[in-house]
Amino acid sequence: MRIPCPHCGERGNEEFLYRGVAGLARPAANAPDTQWHDYVYLRDNPFGSHRELWQHVHGCRRWLVVTRDTHTHTIADVADVATPAP
Amino acid sequence: MTYSFWRVAREALRGNTGWKPAWRDPVPKEHYDVIVVGGGGHGLATAYYLAKLHGITNVAVLEKGWIGSGNAGRNTTIIRSNYLLPGNEVFYEHSMKLWEGLEQDLNFNTMVSQRGVLNIFHSDGERDAAARRGNSMRLHGADGELLDAAQVRAMVPLFDFDNARFPIKGGLLQRRGGTARHDAVVWGYARGADRRGVDIIQNCEVTGIRVEAGRVRGVETTRGYIAAGKVGLACAGNTSRVAALAGLRLPIESHVLQAFVSEAIKPLVHTVVTFGAGHFYISQSDKGGLVFGGDIDGYNSYAQRGSLPIVEDVAEACMALLPCTGRLRVLRSWGGIMDMSMDGSPIIDRTPVDGLYLNAGWCYGGFKATPASGWCFAHTIAHNEAHAIIAAMRLDRFATGAIIDEKGAGAQPNLH
Amino acid sequence: MTSRLSQGGLIDRTVTIPFRFDGRTFSGHPGDTLASALLANDVRLFGRSFKYHRPRGVLSAGSEEPNALVELREGARREPNTPATVVELYPGLVAASQNRYPSLRFDLLAANNILAPLFGAGFYYKTFMWPASFWEKLYEPLIRRAAGLGRPATGPDPDNYERATVFCDVLVIGGGAAGLTAAREAGRAGARVVLCDEGPRIGGWLLSEPGPVDDRPAPEWAEEAVAEIQTMDEVRVMPRTTVLATFDHGSYVAVERVADHKPVPDSGEPRQRLWHIVARRSVLATGATERPLVFGGNDRPGVMLSSAVRTYLNRYAVAPGRRAVIVTAGEDGWDLLGDCLRLGVEVAAIVERRAALAQDRLDLARRAGALVFAGGHVGGTAGAMQLRAVDIVDVGGKRHRLAADLLAMAGGWTPAIGLACHLGARAEWSEDASAFLAGDAPPGMSVAGGAAGSTGLAHALQSGARRGAEAASACGFAATAHPVTAATQPAAPLWLMPANRRKAFVDFQNDVAASDVALAHREGYRSVEHLKRYTTLGMATDQGRTANINGLALMASLTGRDIAATGTTRLRPPHTPVAIGALAGMHRGRDYRPTRLPPAHGWAREQGAVFVEAGPWLRAQYFPRPGETDWLQSVTREVNGVRNGVGVCDVSTLGKIELVGSDAVTFLDRIYANTIATLPIGRARYALMLREDGFVLDDGTVARLAADRFVITTTTGEAHAVLSHLEYCHQVLWPELDIHFVSVTDRWAQFAVAGPRSRAVLRAVLDPGIDLADAAFSFMAAAECRAFGGVRARLFRISFSGELAYELAVPAADGDRAVRALVQAGMGEGITPYGTEAMSVMRVEKGYTAGGEINGQTTARDLGLEKMLAKHKDYIGRVLQRRPALREASRPILVGLRPTDRSARLHGGAHFLPLNAPATRAYDEGWVSSVAYSPTLGRWIGLGFLANGAERHGTRVRAYDPLRGGDTEVEITPPCQFDPEGVRLRG
Repeated sequence: MRIPCPHCGERGNEEFLYRGVAGLARPAANAPDTQWHDYVYLRDNPFGSHRELWQHVHGCRRWLVVTRDTHTHTIADVADVATPAP
Repeated sequence: MTYSFWRVAREALRGNTGWKPAWRDPVPKEHYDVIVVGGGGHGLATAYYLAKLHGITNVAVLEKGWIGSGNAGRNTTIIRSNYLLPGNEVFYEHSMKLWEGLEQDLNFNTMVSQRGVLNIFHSDGERDAAARRGNSMRLHGADGELLDAAQVRAMVPLFDFDNARFPIKGGLLQRRGGTARHDAVVWGYARGADRRGVDIIQNCEVTGIRVEAGRVRGVETTRGYIAAGKVGLACAGNTSRVAALAGLRLPIESHVLQAFVSEAIKPLVHTVVTFGAGHFYISQSDKGGLVFGGDIDGYNSYAQRGSLPIVEDVAEACMALLPCTGRLRVLRSWGGIMDMSMDGSPIIDRTPVDGLYLNAGWCYGGFKATPASGWCFAHTIAHNEAHAIIAAMRLDRFATGAIIDEKGAGAQPNLH
Repeated sequence: MTSRLSQGGLIDRTVTIPFRFDGRTFSGHPGDTLASALLANDVRLFGRSFKYHRPRGVLSAGSEEPNALVELREGARREPNTPATVVELYPGLVAASQNRYPSLRFDLLAANNILAPLFGAGFYYKTFMWPASFWEKLYEPLIRRAAGLGRPATGPDPDNYERATVFCDVLVIGGGAAGLTAAREAGRAGARVVLCDEGPRIGGWLLSEPGPVDDRPAPEWAEEAVAEIQTMDEVRVMPRTTVLATFDHGSYVAVERVADHKPVPDSGEPRQRLWHIVARRSVLATGATERPLVFGGNDRPGVMLSSAVRTYLNRYAVAPGRRAVIVTAGEDGWDLLGDCLRLGVEVAAIVERRAALAQDRLDLARRAGALVFAGGHVGGTAGAMQLRAVDIVDVGGKRHRLAADLLAMAGGWTPAIGLACHLGARAEWSEDASAFLAGDAPPGMSVAGGAAGSTGLAHALQSGARRGAEAASACGFAATAHPVTAATQPAAPLWLMPANRRKAFVDFQNDVAASDVALAHREGYRSVEHLKRYTTLGMATDQGRTANINGLALMASLTGRDIAATGTTRLRPPHTPVAIGALAGMHRGRDYRPTRLPPAHGWAREQGAVFVEAGPWLRAQYFPRPGETDWLQSVTREVNGVRNGVGVCDVSTLGKIELVGSDAVTFLDRIYANTIATLPIGRARYALMLREDGFVLDDGTVARLAADRFVITTTTGEAHAVLSHLEYCHQVLWPELDIHFVSVTDRWAQFAVAGPRSRAVLRAVLDPGIDLADAAFSFMAAAECRAFGGVRARLFRISFSGELAYELAVPAADGDRAVRALVQAGMGEGITPYGTEAMSVMRVEKGYTAGGEINGQTTARDLGLEKMLAKHKDYIGRVLQRRPALREASRPILVGLRPTDRSARLHGGAHFLPLNAPATRAYDEGWVSSVAYSPTLGRWIGLGFLANGAERHGTRVRAYDPLRGGDTEVEITPPCQFDPEGVRLRG
């Protein structure tokens, strides 16, 4: 797999660290425990398009939001987490 | 038709023309008492034990492809019960005991080969962790032995002892562990279930789960609606997709795990070996191929194929452990979709939907669990209550904190 | 006798190469393969089959070979299962037949052949079950010994492997007719082209047939084309290079056999090189494999693919038989007949699927002196170690036995589309091509030539040119496909001959016969994947390249479904088997993983340190001194040296992260579970980092150097994970915080100077300006200063030993010098260098946690550190660590322990059981996580986790260790067993 890093250019996926789905909002400090459980443990795990977090650890060390199809591995978009696609 | 040497001999004399299909190819009925979704080892074993132990024979196993087309047919065939944590060890040891009588029970040679499973360790800290695990196994009535470096060398002299980056300090050996022929397990359970009246329906994909007033009523399939009293999900890597049909969101991600087989060679590796310095395990099949694998690729995937870095990583570990394998050739690789749970351990439980049961989260460990998974899931479905053996494998453990994290990796599936 | 033709071929008759096979010496020529050279020497018997040990010869002339497998080379270089058809002859080559005992001609296990009816597909699933214990003891060892093919080497592979990467615009896979024109057109357009071909000589099928192409002999045309593209600057031609697999986003992997055609690699040369190829576009031009035909006795040595016979005749100038019969489903057999006529090889007969033949065909046969059996088929063969006769059934059903030692089968072609299917595309049946084609090739890949179903050179050459030009255009180059002229040929249809009683093989290597396919059908294993798995069809080293289509065609005919509905099994990488060593590259032995050395490693080595692996690092474990006979003596001396005087230990491997920014405090307060905001400038604090699920991620110290500047430490093992975690927290969770941080692990060497006399040593090395008096620089003080005469330094009064202790950090470049200066300065105090082992002993004495305790499975409460947790702030892990199951009293909690018998030894990993309780899981109360022999206390002590542990100090339990026969009564203590009030570290 090759991921086009917006800072470093296209690189093999061995340069990146994967974390999981992007866009999960960390609950407020006083949120109910169930909300924390859902945040930490529950996943949509979709077949198809998936917005996910990869860190370019062997490059710019930026966390990137990669929009990738989990079945075809086609990458539709890559953006720095600081400037996600609209 | 019972299999025996005499039957084989008699058929040999009449040109093998008298054999009957190992399982029927039935048309789905309108209603079943239990529908098991997923015709892999776990689903078929569940149906088998429902019929055999609980007298529930109006059962269908629905498989979207051909039976055994998922992870049951894409693993490294290792069986073992060398777990650390009590919630796991009691279950896997139950599984091991079922393996030990499986062939006679099924009248099908699944080639259960108790050739031993040896986990290599490379440091004092790893030795302590291995000892903690081995002692736990012994307290559970399982077997386990701690070998020092000399004993490991005597057992597998081919290892790289003298030029290793990470020295081999010893190993934890479970002699009762070993391998089984994965496809035969699928076929043996299928045949056993079929003989007890279970309908095995292939090329039948579940496209919907009908839930009314909080209770499951049946499933929509590519072959029409089928009503059911109870529905059990045993869909491994597709669990999230199928459970979503009933509105469930689960602590599971799907990840690809690759495995490899070499060309067939004369016997070289006599036990199952796992390497501690890298995630790597290897054994040799009865046919002669070295069967080996490593880590998951590490990103969500429903594609039954992996990427190159893991291929290289696995080969590196193979060479680091067994430098004599350099000229042997990898014949084939494949990828399976693992239902990675958030703590690395499985879930066998009821769900918030009445009559809908979940068997998932097998991570790397699904094959060895097959008999006990089916046995326990059948009990759960039959009695609407989990058996004591799977008391820890609850779906709500993530909320209560009673998680079963063998590796201590936390709530990130790709680290388990 | 020799079967070598007197002229022709692409071999160099002026040079003779001697080689050995099964102990006999032969000779061949440059250009030969092992197979062609043996055939030239009249060798027809090459090996034995997998199950029935039937005699087998050569089927093919390429990498699809299922039969002629040999053990190549000897000793640690032995390569089992090597197809003789791809081995280039080199001087001194040694090969042996395999899977036979005692010899190839006389093989005892050939008895299996007689018992074949017993050994049908899947027989082993139905028997060997009684008695149960006999499987491991009797049946399995027998099966394992009989199974397998060649013998593996048992010594470490002496050769080296490399990896390399190449980027290109257009990757052309295969250097045959289509690949050559594709590479030529893309190259002419100026694209960066990589052309890979598995053979030593580019040309593929062009080297096997006379042509013509553009009015020239095909091999000559190929040579000119290769010469042209080799002059192009942007084109890299890679012979002996097989593309193995297609990965996502235009990546491919290929293996280059750099030195397999030599006796041993040259000095410094790798045996093979693994190429990572990144291509914007690719053209798959891997050609096609000829299908065998399925009839009784089709496996006898002397039965070959017609394409192989043509290759041996035309390329290698070898006649693999004296009297041939040709059986053909289409035009290919007639082309062979033409070759035979031209080269003077006798053809007894040609058997044609079609009943009606054109007059030119009949004329050709008459000229060749061959009988024509139009509409006939093969009814069987005869011969023992070699084909002697062929039984032909004519169109009227009459049998004719013809003497022949060569039977050439032309069953049509199977496109080699594996690389197009690796990303999951299903092969689609094409009626026109009578073959499975790549329906949905990976993005950027196009398929040309035989791989696309072309038959005949003209179409292959033209489609290659077109695909090559298209690929170059897609990369932005102006390209055109120039015309090439050659002969056309229609595709041959699939031909299933009427069944006959003899074993008719589908998969030669795995001995899967047509009757096995029928048996699988009878027993319900009808899906192609069940067929494959039940019969082992297509699972041999040739990956079913000659077997699969015939197998599923037979299944289709049995089920009554068409081939399209029957489908084919999924094609998986690698396309051709690849050596594990090549995939591993240089990462083996000591180079399996990089080794990291701290800046003062050289000093420790000079001191005679014994080193231990700590993650990627090598750390000094202990420093044996003359006269010490075991590690315990050394470690005891080191501990005593610290506790009674002063010691120095390299702690540079600890992770160090420096943070700066106006929100640094806010950030750290969210990262750590204890309070950071109250930390004054010039002070350090022990701190605990949790994961969001509430378990402890890591511990370390936080030192505040200025209002907005901190340096934190992590454990050696978690340094990477912690840095990534911090980056995640900042970039993803709280990007609004004004903070910058960077790992400085490699920038600073750090040394612990510990013991009651440590202050004196520090005083000696620090530059003036810092007051070390306790009042001025008390426990947990931190400061930036200078040492060793102007070297920038950081000083922390922190202690992992329980003694008065400091950690002194200096720039990494000064690390070696610093430790030498410290030792020099401490000479008068009797300073003791100590390693990780003594450090561990002292931390166990003090009840400090390390990897055995912070293992990802424990919470702050488990570690007895709950009091540290901040009450009034949000931090990572705050909510989920208070889940009910994590707060149950019975959850094991950190305790200290010591055997009640002072002389008893402890082992890590023992489990706690109540005294007198049975040794079962019901009574398991926890485990021992760390142990040490404490010279200070004069006994073994340990740390462990015990249910209700906090309330059980002073009680006794068993430390039960059946693995090592241990069962020791121990007293439970607080975790800290030495100086619990901390008098010494505040001293």
